[in-house]
Amino acid sequence: MAATVEAPTTTVEPIPQVAARKVDAPATGWTSWVTTTDHKRIGIMYLVLTFAFFILGGVEALLIRLQLAVPNNDLLTPQTYNELFTMHGTTMIFLFVVPVMAGFGNYFVPLMIGARDMAFPKLNALSFWLLAAGGLVFYASIFFSPPECGWTCYSPLSDTDYLPSGGVDAWIFLIHLTGLSSLVGAVNFYATIANMRAPGMGWGRLPLFVWAILTYAVLLILALPVIAAAVTLLLTDRHFGTHFYDASNGGSPLLWQHLFWFFGHPEVYIMVLPGFGIISEVLPVFSRKPIFGYKAIAAATLVIAFLGLLVWAHHMFSTPSPSLVLVFFMMSSFLIAVPTGVKIFNWIATLWRGTITYTTSLLFAVGFIGTFLIGGITGIFVAVFPVDWQLTDTYFVVAHFHYVLMGGAVFTIFSGLYYWFPKMTGRLLSEPLGKASFWLMLIGFHVTFLVQHSAGMEGMPRRVYEYSDVQDLAILNLISTIGAFILGFGILLTLINVLISVKKGAVAGPDPWKANTLEWFTQSPPPVNNFDSVPRIRSVEPMKDIRRQVIAQTGAPEPAYMTAMEAGRLAGDGH
Amino acid sequence: MTGALLLAPVAGADLLSPESGGSPNADDIDTLYWIIFGVAVVVFVGVEGVLLYSVFKFKARKGAVPAQIRGNTRLEIGWTVGAAVILVILATVTFIKLDAIRNPPNSSASGLQLADTSRRLPPSGKSLNICVNGQQYIWRFTYQENCDPKSAKNLGAPFSYEEMVVPVGTTVTLDINAQDVAHSWWIPKLGGKFDAIPGYTNHTWFQVPTKFGDKPGGTVFFGQCAELCGRNHANMTARVRAVSVPEYQKWLALRKANIKAAEVQGAAQRKKLNDSNANSQPADSADPGQNPAQEDLSTPQP
Ligand code: HEM
Ligand SMILES: [Cu+2]
Ligand SMILES: [Cu+2]
Repeated sequence: MAATVEAPTTTVEPIPQVAARKVDAPATGWTSWVTTTDHKRIGIMYLVLTFAFFILGGVEALLIRLQLAVPNNDLLTPQTYNELFTMHGTTMIFLFVVPVMAGFGNYFVPLMIGARDMAFPKLNALSFWLLAAGGLVFYASIFFSPPECGWTCYSPLSDTDYLPSGGVDAWIFLIHLTGLSSLVGAVNFYATIANMRAPGMGWGRLPLFVWAILTYAVLLILALPVIAAAVTLLLTDRHFGTHFYDASNGGSPLLWQHLFWFFGHPEVYIMVLPGFGIISEVLPVFSRKPIFGYKAIAAATLVIAFLGLLVWAHHMFSTPSPSLVLVFFMMSSFLIAVPTGVKIFNWIATLWRGTITYTTSLLFAVGFIGTFLIGGITGIFVAVFPVDWQLTDTYFVVAHFHYVLMGGAVFTIFSGLYYWFPKMTGRLLSEPLGKASFWLMLIGFHVTFLVQHSAGMEGMPRRVYEYSDVQDLAILNLISTIGAFILGFGILLTLINVLISVKKGAVAGPDPWKANTLEWFTQSPPPVNNFDSVPRIRSVEPMKDIRRQVIAQTGAPEPAYMTAMEAGRLAGDGH
Repeated sequence: MTGALLLAPVAGADLLSPESGGSPNADDIDTLYWIIFGVAVVVFVGVEGVLLYSVFKFKARKGAVPAQIRGNTRLEIGWTVGAAVILVILATVTFIKLDAIRNPPNSSASGLQLADTSRRLPPSGKSLNICVNGQQYIWRFTYQENCDPKSAKNLGAPFSYEEMVVPVGTTVTLDINAQDVAHSWWIPKLGGKFDAIPGYTNHTWFQVPTKFGDKPGGTVFFGQCAELCGRNHANMTARVRAVSVPEYQKWLALRKANIKAAEVQGAAQRKKLNDSNANSQPADSADPGQNPAQEDLSTPQP
């Protein structure tokens, strides 16, 4: 469609990789980082911090799996075990997946919409430091007594009667601080996207990643106040003599569950929607096709977000509830499967009849679709509430949500990392290392979690520090633990890759993938002011328009620079 | 490797579906599960197949030109409707099965024939009710119709810890609550989980087929607490021993007698303690209904 090559435009010359003028070299030294309000530096700090938490959460996961490797193991005490899965879940969700998306958002939203920075640069720095403070408060608790109530911290277990330790309070402050961080960040994203788009970038030309971050921001704004209120009530119950969740004094433990999941379910979409956005950017680039059904994908994002607010009680199917309530939450959960399915079909249709280059980024994207599909399908099993009565709170559910979160979040994050790393550092990640990392992660992941479905159906509840040698539990758990170490090794390879490539990787140039969106219209890494001038946007794929224009003006068959792919630099043999 | 394991004929269906076989509701859940499984396999193979096909088939080659297709409204509507239709089918199947899973039937002819018909469920009240109380970290079962702790009927009812004894062929309805934190009642072969939450009463039921009572001593079904309830959550186990109707009646009578005897003995001991310590310290009230540590936990064998 569109693509009006002959239309008069304000597109700038010269060609992107050449800066129009000498720009100031960015300040260096650690104080310049600590005091920065540059969205790119804040984005990088977000990524570094959240990946550090990812490693911590991963080590905790491996300890959990070590304890479960054999039946009746006494490597860890029950207390340590409970602390570990609480810290693992909390870390992964509140300190990794949610904020890492804000990290990518911080770096790339302004670039993708052609802005010079976020709408409120100082607030942006504040949201980073609030996140760091939340992580610090939480991890400080390992020096006395970490919480033991799981990432859901159900009342009454979380009341002082049963868990007097300060760990629960540290957890509450973590929720408050990271919640405030995300809320401030979300307002900032919304304001940025609503007001700072390049000329010509109407809502219908917004990159899909930006659509996803916009939806992420709106969901955070709607869901966070509820959890903030919920943990505040818990805090007053614990220390100021109130009884909101105390059944023996007119309160209700179910109130906690409702408030928690009213936030907790949208939280799942907060974690996966930005990942969907990343995939929607990566697939068209590496299959050399426009995204299939741009409008359908953007609309599906919004519909998922809306429905995501209506399904919270499907986490509570085994609580005392009338059938009518159960039916409502089953049906609303079913409804979400429709827009999710639509997205998956659109992604596959984007690959269909393309010319696909197997970069690591694309492999992670395809691995995501394949893995997430399984998580989505097992989601249907747990949405049918009578079946859920058998599956909930077992390892089937542990498997289900790791399929969703690993597939939907971790694989997309890694896809985004391999895709955008050259923009952030000016250097490419090594492809052979990247591919090895991908295959180890994919295989390790499925070995770890596929068998957990069976363990759950054989009667293994979640959050148990030991199990007896009955049925096939011993072998299933051993397989799962072996898989976890393969997975961990795969993740390690990417971290090594990052450490090596940041200094020694092949130089990427401004647009190594011949991509479609505006962040590639500037140097890698971008100068402090991002763009010297911004083109007028005429479609969802401004870089394609620019390339066409260059061809038209220079008469060259292709832009005058080579992409990394063409230069054969993907072989990964350095320079 | 994992695939081969999953498909190993020995383990077979066991690894692929929830436990069942001890009660009609567990069996119905199993059937429902397999129906969904069938649909899921078709969807999985279809979508994953197209995905892999396109990834392998459309690999970049010299001279290959990517098709510049941006969308197709017909196709979009098609798969939206397709997905919706599948879900409507699944919802319909669920509704058809729901009644049999959720609502207890009457006891079978060979089950315990109960005189009491005051129960709300099942339709004509022919069920045995047991009160299930979750405590950190043990289950307490009280064999009575009315589970209200304030009810006068509550006093002196037979009870047991950890092992519930039930007659086969009889619909057993459960009133589930918790005394301290939340727990979850789950015996995989007897149906799904139901949370025990302080301040609420939850309900479920099961009916163990008569054949399980044939063995002397009955058949034991095993389960674990399924809601994190503290450090010892992993060890909060439950057993349901299904025995023949006469065996059950014998067990219940013996249990009543034992409890009575224990109470009498306890009262005597308390009195003695009170008398000897009258001046030095106040005596603890040893209430046999409250503290499992002081009770005879072993279930007498019939
Ligand atoms: C790196 C590989 C990972 C492994 C081997 C792993 C392993 C586990 C295991 C075994 C449990 C169950 C603990 C139990 O129930 O006793 C668990 C729980 C959990 N995991 Fe992971 N996990 C991994 C990555 C992740 C990621 C990436 C996320 C989130 C994005 C995540 C989120 C959670 C959550 C929320 C829980 C529940 C914790 C709770 O019960 O409170 N995990 N994980
Ligand atoms: Cu329990
Ligand atoms: Cu428990």
